[in-house]
Amino acid sequence: MKITLRIKRFFPGLDKEPYDQDYVVEVEPTERVLDAMMQVKRFQDGTLGFRKSCAHGVCGSDAMRINGKDRLACKTLVQDVTEEEGLVTIEPLRHFPVQRDLIVDQTGFFERYRSVSPFLINEEPPPPKERIQTQEERLAFDDATNCILCSSCFSACPILDENTDFLGPAAIVQGFRFLADSRDRGFEARLSALDDPVGVWPCENHFECTKCCPRSIKITKRINQTKNMIRKFRDECGESVHEEDSSHSLEKQDQ
Amino acid sequence: MKHEFEAVIVGSGGAGLYAALEAGANGKTAVLSKVYPVRSHTGAAQGGISAALGNVEEDKPEWHAFDTVKGGDYLVDQQAAVILTEEAIQAVYDLENRGLPFNRTPQGRIDQRRFGGHTRNFGEAPVHRACYAADRTGHMILQTLYQQCIKNDVSFYNEFQVIDLILEGNRCSGVTALELATGELHLFSAKAVLFATGGFGRMFRITSNAYANTGDGPAVCARRGIPLQDMEFFQFHPTGIKGLGILISEAVRGEGGILRNRSGERFMERYTPTLLDLAPRDMVSRAIMTEVRAGRGIRGDGKIDDFVHLDATHLGKETLMSKLPDITDFCLTYLGIDPSEKPIPVLPTAHYAMGGIPTDVHGRVIADHKGNLIEGLYAVGECACVSVHGANRLGTNSLLDLVVFGRRAGLHMAGYVKNAESPPVSADASGFALEWIRRLKDGKKGPHGGHILEELQITMMENVGIYRNERDMARAVEKIQGLRKRYLDVRVQDRSDSFNTDLLDLIELGNLLDLALITAASALNRRESRGAHSREDFPDRDDGQWLKHTLAFLDGNRVQIDYKPVDTSIWSPKPRKY
Repeated sequence: MKITLRIKRFFPGLDKEPYDQDYVVEVEPTERVLDAMMQVKRFQDGTLGFRKSCAHGVCGSDAMRINGKDRLACKTLVQDVTEEEGLVTIEPLRHFPVQRDLIVDQTGFFERYRSVSPFLINEEPPPPKERIQTQEERLAFDDATNCILCSSCFSACPILDENTDFLGPAAIVQGFRFLADSRDRGFEARLSALDDPVGVWPCENHFECTKCCPRSIKITKRINQTKNMIRKFRDECGESVHEEDSSHSLEKQDQ
Repeated sequence: MKHEFEAVIVGSGGAGLYAALEAGANGKTAVLSKVYPVRSHTGAAQGGISAALGNVEEDKPEWHAFDTVKGGDYLVDQQAAVILTEEAIQAVYDLENRGLPFNRTPQGRIDQRRFGGHTRNFGEAPVHRACYAADRTGHMILQTLYQQCIKNDVSFYNEFQVIDLILEGNRCSGVTALELATGELHLFSAKAVLFATGGFGRMFRITSNAYANTGDGPAVCARRGIPLQDMEFFQFHPTGIKGLGILISEAVRGEGGILRNRSGERFMERYTPTLLDLAPRDMVSRAIMTEVRAGRGIRGDGKIDDFVHLDATHLGKETLMSKLPDITDFCLTYLGIDPSEKPIPVLPTAHYAMGGIPTDVHGRVIADHKGNLIEGLYAVGECACVSVHGANRLGTNSLLDLVVFGRRAGLHMAGYVKNAESPPVSADASGFALEWIRRLKDGKKGPHGGHILEELQITMMENVGIYRNERDMARAVEKIQGLRKRYLDVRVQDRSDSFNTDLLDLIELGNLLDLALITAASALNRRESRGAHSREDFPDRDDGQWLKHTLAFLDGNRVQIDYKPVDTSIWSPKPRKY
């Protein structure tokens, strides 16, 4: 079938503003949107900028907005997104500065990820073999380990439209992945990032992250679980959670 | 821009990250990666990592080593296989201790499952040896190692494409790399460089490999006069999704999945009666192609793109969801098939390079048949050839290779840089890289790379695939030589500096062309059948003539062949039956 890819292009420094460019390609309906884009790149226009690697939805390189939805181009079949008159619109992810065409600057995204200390924290000397973990304990954080840091959720999240400092769904899921791991002892180390006015609290359960996640992570649920863990911890300490801005700004001034 | 480090690691998959953790703890270390580290292709490995933990049933490293040697059709260096399988156990515990979420047994220990070619007591029956995290074991290894790199504050240079290696005589003194964001060529001088750049399956039309798998490290080495070892041995994984090549893990068969032809017959009973569907990959791939060619594929037309069925319908939804969730998802996404209800249409897919940059068991790069070393240069993982995979790798041994030899190379490097002087870097060290880029961007009219790549991939698939013969391979060599000549006229369409992915694509194409020539020439040269190298005109293994490693040197538009002995110090070669 013949389809038209309408791709949002922008080369900072050269283009005054983003513009649409149409490419017509002949593809099978069951091919991936990425296949269609590779046809353009290889045989029509080498200047088109986008990232890609694994081409089957596990590396997270090619997240973009396809017909207004955040998806992986390699996990989206042409037949599922082709609108009337064979049109597919492709834009860069939202909430990121565009570096070129569909390539966005993920520095801020990875900084947020790092801020939750996304590694197992346990200073107890490890046993000679493996640490024991029951199947139920393992299951408690199973889907969170699916995350490929593709940033689709970060683009989909409506909170980030207004609150640009929000930690965002992926970083919270990565935090949850360790908080819920029976082997981890790093709850308090992660609190400063998570229990913060721009940490977990801005989430309002819009479920846009959950809907778009190409790895089927129940993101909203994990965020709510994280909130509950923090509330429980603060309750037990007789403290309140850091939902409001005031304590945060004071803390910042102190530093 | 010029940077000075003690150690530079090129590649951020499992091998590179593990080496970085070890080397970085002891000296100023940088990791250069052409993609963001978590995007590396280690993340696509599915089924497991083998170690004789014995958590489910009795197992021994010695059995594992023997299976590895036999699986590799006796081209494995046997002491290296012993190191691999003995160190496997601690390597898996280390990963667990660092947070890797392995699936668990009812007792809370690391669960293990069966995998192709891994057996109890020297071949009696399949054994539960593969430790796994659902069917995303590679993803979890990559995540866990990257997490540890964050914890240990490893320095990353993301989206830096290596272009060349700096050699002063037989001593390595750094690399040049192109920064995607700016188009600037950087010179990284270092006491030691480690290549962990992964595979190069993208030279084939149908492959499980990522777009990034273009063999940059081996190609750079080959152009600098370093030989590549055993390049004729390229593994076709038996079960790729028909047409797409997307990997369907051997774990499907490990959990009980069965290959069937058009009459529903479990055809592996005729080929490998003991291990059945869990025979090594080279044998299963050949069996599938034999069925297809005999008209017993599902369509039955005997054409090479006919396919067979992988039947997992009897495993039940629960097993599929808990142990093979990604596979289930791939089938739904790309085929519209629920594997609990319908069989999966599969065909072999180009998957793994057994060959690569020759190294010793510390990852040190070997320069010739005498075993002389390139000082300060290391290679590890799929881009390297230790050789623990010989002529055919067993499933799960690649992830193991990454962590065991990644760690060993990193440790050795750390010791080396402590005592080594900073090597001199000559003024024209960037010359070759600058000239290559200048030519591609000089504005002259020339063809774009797309058609050359397409022709290369078809040539390799048709002529240097699962079944090979003299005529086809000679044709492939000639064709690739022609493509390499045409490459000299190729020019970018994009002459800008910033985020010029067009330029990177063409550099990768150059790398693939060089490696394809070496692969085809090495295959044409080896007149026997062994492991994944299966010749219709020389159908038998010939230990008298060919029990030796190939060392292939790139020499202009030709390839010079030399050899290196195989370590068979433990088990003498026997006919390979399963």
